Amino acid sequence: MFLAIARTALVSLRRDRASLALSFVLPIGFFSIFATIFGGMHDNVNRIAVILVDEDQSAASHQLDQALEREGSLKVVTRPASKDKEPQPADYTAATAEAAVKAGDISVALVIPKGWGARPISFEPDAAQRSGPAPSGPQETSTEIQLLYDASDSIAPQMVGGLLQKVAMTSMPVTMAEQGMEHTADYIGGFTPQQQARMQESLGQLREQIAKRDATPAAAAPDAASGQSFGGLIAVNNRSVVGQGKNTNMISYYAAAIGVMFLLFTASGSAGALLDEAESGTLDRVLSSRISMTGLLGGKLLFNTLLAFTQLVVMFLWGWAVYHLDLFAHIPGFLVMGLCTAVAVASFGLLLASLCHTRGQLGAVSTLAILIMSSIGGSMFPRFLMPPAMQTAGMFTLNAWAIDGFQKVFWYGQPITALGPQVGVLLGIAVVLFLLARRIARRWDYA
Amino acid sequence: MTAVDNISLELRAGECLGLLGPNGAGKSTLIRSIVGRVIPDTGTITVFGAPAASPAARAALGWVPQELAVYPRLTATENLRAFGSYYGLSGTGLSVAIAWCLKWAALEDRAGDLTRTLSGGMKRRLNMAAGLIHQPRLVLMDEPTVGVDPQSRNRIFEMIEALRAQGATIIYTTHYMEEAERLCDRIAIVDHGRIIALDTHQALVQTSFSASSIVVARFSAASPALSVWTATNGGTVNDSTAEFAIDHPTDLARLLESASAAGLQLEDLALRRPNLESVFLQLTGRELRD
Repeated sequence: MFLAIARTALVSLRRDRASLALSFVLPIGFFSIFATIFGGMHDNVNRIAVILVDEDQSAASHQLDQALEREGSLKVVTRPASKDKEPQPADYTAATAEAAVKAGDISVALVIPKGWGARPISFEPDAAQRSGPAPSGPQETSTEIQLLYDASDSIAPQMVGGLLQKVAMTSMPVTMAEQGMEHTADYIGGFTPQQQARMQESLGQLREQIAKRDATPAAAAPDAASGQSFGGLIAVNNRSVVGQGKNTNMISYYAAAIGVMFLLFTASGSAGALLDEAESGTLDRVLSSRISMTGLLGGKLLFNTLLAFTQLVVMFLWGWAVYHLDLFAHIPGFLVMGLCTAVAVASFGLLLASLCHTRGQLGAVSTLAILIMSSIGGSMFPRFLMPPAMQTAGMFTLNAWAIDGFQKVFWYGQPITALGPQVGVLLGIAVVLFLLARRIARRWDYA
Repeated sequence: MTAVDNISLELRAGECLGLLGPNGAGKSTLIRSIVGRVIPDTGTITVFGAPAASPAARAALGWVPQELAVYPRLTATENLRAFGSYYGLSGTGLSVAIAWCLKWAALEDRAGDLTRTLSGGMKRRLNMAAGLIHQPRLVLMDEPTVGVDPQSRNRIFEMIEALRAQGATIIYTTHYMEEAERLCDRIAIVDHGRIIALDTHQALVQTSFSASSIVVARFSAASPALSVWTATNGGTVNDSTAEFAIDHPTDLARLLESASAAGLQLEDLALRRPNLESVFLQLTGRELRD
């Protein structure tokens, strides 16, 4: 008897493709996405891009520059990427590097100020990894490495700060030792001539070892895996150049990210009314009136767009009321991005509904598509955490474009004119998906 | 499979034409072709001179589909407003049309109720009203009484009779001969996608049976002897019941004598005038509800 029940259930499941997909395809899809994002399938650690500006141009700063470039975990950039047929752009300066971080082109920039090489190590208490503005003294300000960062990326600045300390200690041992000795001499009232001679002898041996090491390319790169650092002898002034003073941090990100994901679910569910109407015969009746299929889909697109936009308004108002999201300072940008996102999402829902034959099928297909789009498009976790290939794949989802647009508005405070790519892509997606939906819906035109 | 084959219909203004046939005969496909929801492989359909599915044809037709094609989450008034808008009505014209439909369907006291909360009969009436909201020149009703109880069916008949009294032109499909007899001026008998007879009720019976009457004789049990006896006397047998057409009442005595001689035990006997069921049986050799 139990076997008969089980057999009946098995046969039913085999014939229910939607349930089969939810049972087997979705878990495997998600497992693969998470495995790809968080390592598993990759031998290489995701490299962090960082702009390096060397204003000092001293021997010590050159050593640090080279060491940073050799550091396997970092991708050091010294000038903007050159475009086709255009002259190579100039190297970053402190100002252009800060502008690049502010524009969201990169998360971190390191600026080695003039005079840093004369005194690379700081023995001042709490000198290293200080956040906020540097002390007012001109000497102190000029010798601290500036770490400029975008606070929306909570990982990269921490990583770069730690790697900077490690790289400095492993790449400049002679400088470190010399300065350490000088500091000790100041502290204890000077060394005897014999002590000074022995220290010079030791430094000579150290220089020889360094020369030998540098002559062997394979050994030149610091061992990224060793990860040991002295922990803060290089004075660094961490400074957030985007969102400084904001306490909303990632609120705008998640309002957009989560919002888009649920907009997609709502839009596909709402567009599913088309299937209900087809099943009940109402669609036939409507199409026998003066309403054409294009008119019907257009009306549903309008409704679903307004529904999605209203959802966004509610979500952002909640963010404003509860999490102090600065909504009212960005109304024009919000309207532009909200409407473009809403119409793209509505078209997506209509396409899914026209592709499916039953509500059950729509539920399975939309869950599958939306969760995958949301996971690689940045709705579940920020795309900067993902490997480059996954970040590129994310650009094929409307989530990524919508989130990027909202970030430009709320985080980077950019004007509407900067939203061109996002608006263009979202509207393009809306048009293409609507035309596809209309074409597929031909099956309802006539029997 | 050919669902509708070489059918040509002509209606007079104010006439109600019945399409009578069993399930699967092609009635609904024919109706859907007229409203432009089915495109015929060959041939053309014109409605008041305009091609089917053209805006002019759509405006002229009112379709009451077999399914309950209304929005369940809308009230009766909202449904009528929606379908009226789909036909281009607005403002006062739409309000007047809604009021007329609610009155015609006797739904005035339930106008504000959600459709899904209405009874089956009320939903059927609303379904019909939604097809008439734009006051079409020709109404196509596709089995509007499917699945309703006898009381609701009578209510629907009264609605159609009221509509007819106002001069509406109707094509009415059904597989219930009683409905066709009661409501229709002329009846087209449809089978396998073709019209096999088309005339008034009386003329159809007259053509098939002249002045004959139908004798229905029920015996105690089905038997080979019953089959032989029925065939010998030119009748048809179904289980233990035999049917004959007789021209003169005196033929009845002869039939009963021969049954007795054949050793058949008669349990019940009825004599009636032939109806559309008999006509269909006569024309196709099958019962209407096979």
